[in-house]
Amino acid sequence: MTTATIRVLVNGEARHLPDGQSLLDLLRHFELDPRAVVVELNRAIVRRPALDTTPVQDGDAVELVHFVGGG
Amino acid sequence: MTATATMPDTPFTIAGRSFHSRLIVGTGKYRDHETMVAAHAASGADMVTVAVRRVDLDRTKEAGILHHLDPEKYFLLANTAGCYTAADAVRYARLAREAGFNEFVKLEVIGDQETLLPDVAELLVAARTLVGEGFQVLAYTNDDLITALRLEDAGCAAVMPLASPIGSGLGLLNPYAVRTIKRRLKVPVIVDAGVGTASDACITMEQGVDGILMNTAIAEAADPVLMATAMRHAVEAGRLAYLAGRMPRREVAVPSSPFEGMLGR
Repeated sequence: MTTATIRVLVNGEARHLPDGQSLLDLLRHFELDPRAVVVELNRAIVRRPALDTTPVQDGDAVELVHFVGGG
Repeated sequence: MTATATMPDTPFTIAGRSFHSRLIVGTGKYRDHETMVAAHAASGADMVTVAVRRVDLDRTKEAGILHHLDPEKYFLLANTAGCYTAADAVRYARLAREAGFNEFVKLEVIGDQETLLPDVAELLVAARTLVGEGFQVLAYTNDDLITALRLEDAGCAAVMPLASPIGSGLGLLNPYAVRTIKRRLKVPVIVDAGVGTASDACITMEQGVDGILMNTAIAEAADPVLMATAMRHAVEAGRLAYLAGRMPRREVAVPSSPFEGMLGR
């Protein structure tokens, strides 16, 4: 069993996460509905169908955005 | 029978998509979601604006705005509010489109923190990029004809000159400029920002523009639902007055009652 963790910037905050996770796992970790969030990995958008197969790696910068009230 | 039902008007169409209401409303600054939902219903709008922001990771119970907007009822117009460079605006627009609703974007590139006036050089760069990527760009801009023409040339689906600065409520400061932009452009002209109360909306629509986008005037009214109702009527009244064609302005009085038949002195 590996207990390795990686350091990832999520929405600008440093987070320590288990190694070997996908972006979909990351969303589940934060209890986010993948249909309600758009994911950017290192400045590139990752489409929903690819979230499951895109690994999160040490040093990655992830942005999780959604719609909020605005004019 | 209502006046609107009998008045011939062209449909309000942007990039081939028709809307029932010429009033577009924002979703920001409401005191609570219930008030927003009620104000939207009262406004009669079928297009609402939304912003793209980071999810609050520590308060995931605090849901995004979509929990309070029925996508069957409202067409979602995402904005790039808060962006100060073309690159940032393009990034936000791409994220918004990825949400999967439509390819429309309200493009905003701000140039100054105090006035929130647009940076038109960056705006044009962003507009060209996004049009090239298949976006339907509705560009928030100054009341400057030349910039409006350049935005149209760039392929924008609509051009949105301001009435006055965002959130100022100062009303339509330059009717001539807005009227000129409307006269010269082929794409829809929607006045975005600065309307403060119903008379502002009415006067703006009387210039012949295709629609108005507003947020603060409704959200910050003492009674947003009542103001949304007033704005719906004002936009319709202004539109009808424009279509009706106003009487000429005269420097002298002209009596409305006949001279003939006056009693002898």
